[in-house]
Amino acid sequence: MGQITLSSVTKSFGDVTVIPPLDLRIEDGEFVVFVGPSGCGKSTLLRLIAGLEDTSSGKIAIDGTEATDLPPAKRGLAMVFQSYALYPHMSVRKNIAFPLKMAGLSPEIQAQKVEAAAKVLNLTSYLDRRPGQLSGGQRQRVAIGRAIVREPAAFLFDEPLSNLDASLRVSMRQEISELHQTLKTTMIYVTHDQVEAMTMADKIVVLQAGRIEQVGSPMELYRHPANLFVAGFIGSPKMNFITGAEAAQQGCTTLGVRPEHIDVVEGGPWQGTVGLAEHLGSDTFLKVNVAGVGDLTVRVSGERMLRHGDPVSLAPQPGKLYRFGADGKALA
Amino acid sequence: MARKTTQTRTAVVTVAAWTIGLLIFFPILWIIILGFKSEGDAIKTPLAVLTSDWTLASYHEVQERSNYFLHFMNSVILSLGSTLLALVIAIPAAWSMAFVPGKRTKDLLMWMLSTKMMPAVGVLVPMYLMFRDFGLLDTRIGLVVVLTLINLPIVIWMLYTYFKEIPGEILEAARMDGANLRAEILHVLTPMAVPGIASTVLLNVILAWNEAFWTLQLTTSSAAPLTQFIASYSSPEGLFYAKLSAASTMAIAPILILGWFSQKQLVRGLTFGAVK
Amino acid sequence: MATEHSRTAARLMVSPAVILLFLWMIVPLAMTVYFSFLRYNLLMPGMESFTGFDNYYYFLSNSAFMDALVNTLLLVGGVLVITIFGGVALALLLDQPFKGQGIVRIMVIAPFFVMPTVSALVWKNMFMNPVNGMFAHIAKTFGFQPFDFLAHAPLASIILIVAWSWLPFSTLILLTALQSLDQEQMEAAEMDGASWMNRFIYLTVPHLTRSITVVILIQTIFLLSVFAEILVTTNGGPGTASTNIPYLVYAQSLLNYDVGGGSAGGIIAVILANIVAVFLMRMIGKNLET
Repeated sequence: MGQITLSSVTKSFGDVTVIPPLDLRIEDGEFVVFVGPSGCGKSTLLRLIAGLEDTSSGKIAIDGTEATDLPPAKRGLAMVFQSYALYPHMSVRKNIAFPLKMAGLSPEIQAQKVEAAAKVLNLTSYLDRRPGQLSGGQRQRVAIGRAIVREPAAFLFDEPLSNLDASLRVSMRQEISELHQTLKTTMIYVTHDQVEAMTMADKIVVLQAGRIEQVGSPMELYRHPANLFVAGFIGSPKMNFITGAEAAQQGCTTLGVRPEHIDVVEGGPWQGTVGLAEHLGSDTFLKVNVAGVGDLTVRVSGERMLRHGDPVSLAPQPGKLYRFGADGKALA
Repeated sequence: MARKTTQTRTAVVTVAAWTIGLLIFFPILWIIILGFKSEGDAIKTPLAVLTSDWTLASYHEVQERSNYFLHFMNSVILSLGSTLLALVIAIPAAWSMAFVPGKRTKDLLMWMLSTKMMPAVGVLVPMYLMFRDFGLLDTRIGLVVVLTLINLPIVIWMLYTYFKEIPGEILEAARMDGANLRAEILHVLTPMAVPGIASTVLLNVILAWNEAFWTLQLTTSSAAPLTQFIASYSSPEGLFYAKLSAASTMAIAPILILGWFSQKQLVRGLTFGAVK
Repeated sequence: MATEHSRTAARLMVSPAVILLFLWMIVPLAMTVYFSFLRYNLLMPGMESFTGFDNYYYFLSNSAFMDALVNTLLLVGGVLVITIFGGVALALLLDQPFKGQGIVRIMVIAPFFVMPTVSALVWKNMFMNPVNGMFAHIAKTFGFQPFDFLAHAPLASIILIVAWSWLPFSTLILLTALQSLDQEQMEAAEMDGASWMNRFIYLTVPHLTRSITVVILIQTIFLLSVFAEILVTTNGGPGTASTNIPYLVYAQSLLNYDVGGGSAGGIIAVILANIVAVFLMRMIGKNLET
């Protein structure tokens, strides 16, 4: 079980309010990702759930039980930290067994559970090493191992992949997703990387300045961003925003169009010149300066041999334009 | 940073460093030598001293005349006892200040250190009278308490600097793993801080071993550590060079050997954790 | 990282240390203040009577006080100067590569392990003694008259002895600091055309400032209360030539049995130390911020 409810939770440090009143419900078994730029309060929110920080007001309930004033040890949650926070003076075996030892389980049961977790995570042959002798990916697995042996109500991940290199990050991402499929335990995952959010989450919570901007499934957020912030944050490369006459023509303050929703066609409405062309092989990213509109990023699939200075004509795909009002909210 | 250093340069540096090193070390070397000489030989000119016969007579005499072993044990008990006691008080305090810092933490640390600034003479009289009235004069327990209090600020300060190097996330991980405060400090923090604690212990054992104000004021014989034992050679026995040297060698040897064997921790400790 | 739980725990765990140090600071000090206003002689128990500021008046107007004050400052200042300049020089030397670094370092540290009573006695008898001391022997070898250090230059001799004990400390701290100096920074400066002297002045010295502050702070704490070295070598003499304030207070209260006068002296010592402390703490506080 792992259903978590936050009701009007706030957090301030002195005079600085980090999280204004916030309500959120996380269902049992869900993979929820908190995403937002650094300093948006996502880690603080996670630490409030963990019990590593006190809420300034509001209530946190875990599985319907009031948990606001419980110390972290009593909440039945497990956490994987950004730095992994492994105990450097203990072997991998002892690291993983530590929560079991704290729970007062017998040594036999401890050994049994450690072996089982090690098997799942491919750590069996490293059990007697110290964390210092492991690679980044292996440390990450130990940290996860330490979390799963507790059989927690929910897992909390605090930017767990940010210390890994790019290729390892992709494979760890998949491992964590698979782990979620197997365990079916609630997971709350904090990241600033929208790709991680899009690929892993059942539900994404986009945060800015401690405020929830939008909650929804990855594709909901992609298709129907509630405001400029979410529209700009989700999707890569970033959505193009057009203001001025072009937007006014469409009856809005800001007009948004994703790079992948612009086609290079003969006789399109927007005429421009290529400023920069990035050829990735599978895709080509163009930065096009369009007169009266500004710089637009365009994603063209395949190898399109365009170069700096080439004239192009662009057309947005019909029905893929986003319109935002003066307050930044999406217009229906 | 592979840098070509000319051989002449290395040679010059080698000679200079060894000369200065030997000069600084010479007084210690000299008493070690004199301790193995007879009284008659010990006051000869330096060259004559070196060529004279070696003997253990002075060590025998020192042992007969005064109970070296008693004073040695007193020094051990005082320095270890006061350091361990200070550690027990300081570890929780340093944990608090390093991991739950408040607005006043820096001030509190400075205040603690400032108690070291208070000259011992300022409180000599009342301490002496209190010790006399409570029957603590010349007792180990009384002196252990005083030495603990004297070194407590330094122990706290050092542990604080070492604890600050330990990432708070690891302690938070322990908390998430279900550890209570006792387990957090006992199973996670203390083992991780072992090198720092070792340096702290080492430095404070040395400071307590060599403390020569309270040990001289508050002890006379049965609780007297080696500082007092040596002070009794002040005069006129001081003129018996061989015996004085033998006694001095015995007084400093334990700490000298301890220091040399644990040089690495000591260098760390000597800097009081203030220089990395 | 702090919850109400951990903050409460923290307050609880820091309090034994705070309470103990507070008592240690305040109880004897309050008693000293009280005694300092009494006519109180250990030889005449039961005759204590209130005398107001008389003890202070006598202590301060005694010419020995000014002597002791000057001697204390000279002792602290002299030792600091020797150990810091000597320490920087020695650290620069030991930082160079040479054969037997480990052994030389051990030899240089050694004096730090020697208890004050031993170092004082050894220097007094084996080196500075005008008849059989090493210096006397050397002087005679070269046909000079031996010099009686402790009789004719008592304070300078004590400064030398104390400096010998503390030189290892400053050397080690400064050496550790030197070794943490960024080599790339030095090489960059060399590429920029800075001479050895310029690199020393503009890179090494600023880098050492923090460590030097630490050395000054810690040494001053210990140097203000130098006692054993004086007790063992000169007993403060001849006259008051090598009496510092700690020794003066000791002499007043435990040699002359004048508890009242000694206590007044103790309070004056505390006040003086506080003046130094405030000054030092300002300096250190600024330097240790980072």
